[in-house]
Amino acid sequence: MTRAAGKRPRDDTPDAHDFPTRPYDLVKEFVIALAVITALTLVLAVAFGSPDRKAITLKAWAGAAPNDVVATATAELAGTSGSAAYGPPYDSLSDGQKIGPLPLEKWGGVRIPIDSANDLVIRPLMSGPADPKLTAALATWRGASPAQRTAWAGAYADALAAAPDSDPARVKAGDYGPTPVLAARFLALARSGGLESILVGRSAFYPTDQTRPMLLLSDGAYLEDQARAEHLGGDQWGMMNESGNYPGQPWMWLYTFWYQVKPFSTSGNADALVWGLMMVLTLALLLVPVIPGLRSLPRHLGVHKLIWRDVPRSEVVRRR
Amino acid sequence: MTATEPRAEQRPPVAPSWTSRTRDRVRRTVPEGQWLPDRQPAYVRSWIYVFGVATLAAFVVVLATGFILAIEGVQWWHESSLGHFVNSLHLWSVELFFACMVVHLWGKFFMAAWRGKRALTWMTGVVCFLGSIGTAFTGYLSQTNFDSQWISGQAKDGLNAVGIGAYFNVLDPGQMLLWHIVLLPSVVGVLVVLHLLLVRRHGVVPPFDAVPPEPADAPPSTGEVTR
Repeated sequence: MTRAAGKRPRDDTPDAHDFPTRPYDLVKEFVIALAVITALTLVLAVAFGSPDRKAITLKAWAGAAPNDVVATATAELAGTSGSAAYGPPYDSLSDGQKIGPLPLEKWGGVRIPIDSANDLVIRPLMSGPADPKLTAALATWRGASPAQRTAWAGAYADALAAAPDSDPARVKAGDYGPTPVLAARFLALARSGGLESILVGRSAFYPTDQTRPMLLLSDGAYLEDQARAEHLGGDQWGMMNESGNYPGQPWMWLYTFWYQVKPFSTSGNADALVWGLMMVLTLALLLVPVIPGLRSLPRHLGVHKLIWRDVPRSEVVRRR
Repeated sequence: MTATEPRAEQRPPVAPSWTSRTRDRVRRTVPEGQWLPDRQPAYVRSWIYVFGVATLAAFVVVLATGFILAIEGVQWWHESSLGHFVNSLHLWSVELFFACMVVHLWGKFFMAAWRGKRALTWMTGVVCFLGSIGTAFTGYLSQTNFDSQWISGQAKDGLNAVGIGAYFNVLDPGQMLLWHIVLLPSVVGVLVVLHLLLVRRHGVVPPFDAVPPEPADAPPSTGEVTR
């Protein structure tokens, strides 16, 4: 094929196989690399080990922070917890987050339906050990209107927040309906160690899906308090880290970075915005070879001169 | 072959079969002598080239240690000191795998290694990187300890916000374990093979503005050239 003189095609990189060659033992290189990586892995594993902090059970939560369990159960009943009115995939009480006009969360659909008040508190109480006081409280709760339930639980949540240490025993008297009894019995159920198996429901014998126990635990303050003490909070570069002084997932630094800066750090739509941004950046990384300007950037950065500085001029001719 | 069967050169020509077409396609994709050459272009002389092979070596260690963990099951490493040590090996091999892969990726970026019809090689490498991030992430979710509780509780909001959480439930460690040890490693493994095939097919990208010397100027080359 002939080309007009002086006009260079867009990519005229010559075929690598037309260059002079030299002996190169790929298999030996791989075996040495394997030996070095294996040795390094052994040294690092012996020297530093790996973290394995035990999972927090609901029983342990109830033992360590009983007031938090009561406050969380009350918030579930009042519909003010993190998982109440969360939106998809748990319920349709809100549309969830959006990327601009795109309601991707809503489009995902309600595929893991959870009614936080009923599924996380009332049904477990109905499945647990019964006593006349609890039975009466459950009957009163179920016989009341949704507005009445919300009013009772909301008032009790406010009273708990106002009490010293959020201690249920020091809550001022008020019209809380059956909420105090339900919350206290919920604490007792958690303390007994039977709450997890009730929450995982029909798969209790072979439990793998921990969605309900995890939503309940995440709605409380205890899990986050423990995580913050390990420097795992959302504003502490959160989930790219792990317990103790271990490297965690540093390759997720860019994703975690956006949560540390405005407008993402103060936006109620932060998750969708960060994901949208990361999708764009990921697409850009994938398509670097076809993005004008970006694909030519390495030539101008000059790092390639360092990489190929030892190539003899006799073996590679530079085009002028 | 039976005694009465004619020799190959005596057989009448037959129509191309699926088998022969597949064989020809494989041969065209990576010609013989190119898939595992014992020579490389003269410009391949920098430590940066080692990191691609080191990534592959680390991948082998990751798979081997993960294989042992999978044999013993999810509780083993919580309850046994040997299991915990194997988990430590798995963790650090993953850290080394990513360290090598990131250096490899940056090296290829600075070389603009997508030149010369190598765009697909770059793209398969990027997808391998993304797939590896997903595999490591699901590993953290499958640990069944405090870290998996916290990370899954945080991660669910991001995944739910874009509709992925409806299908990819990070609060279900059973689902995450299958993604971690079956689905994602299979995808990454296939992509790694494809990536290596493309590397071998196109060879190592030449330096910027480099052209092969004219035959008269070229230094003597011993042995078979890689094509």
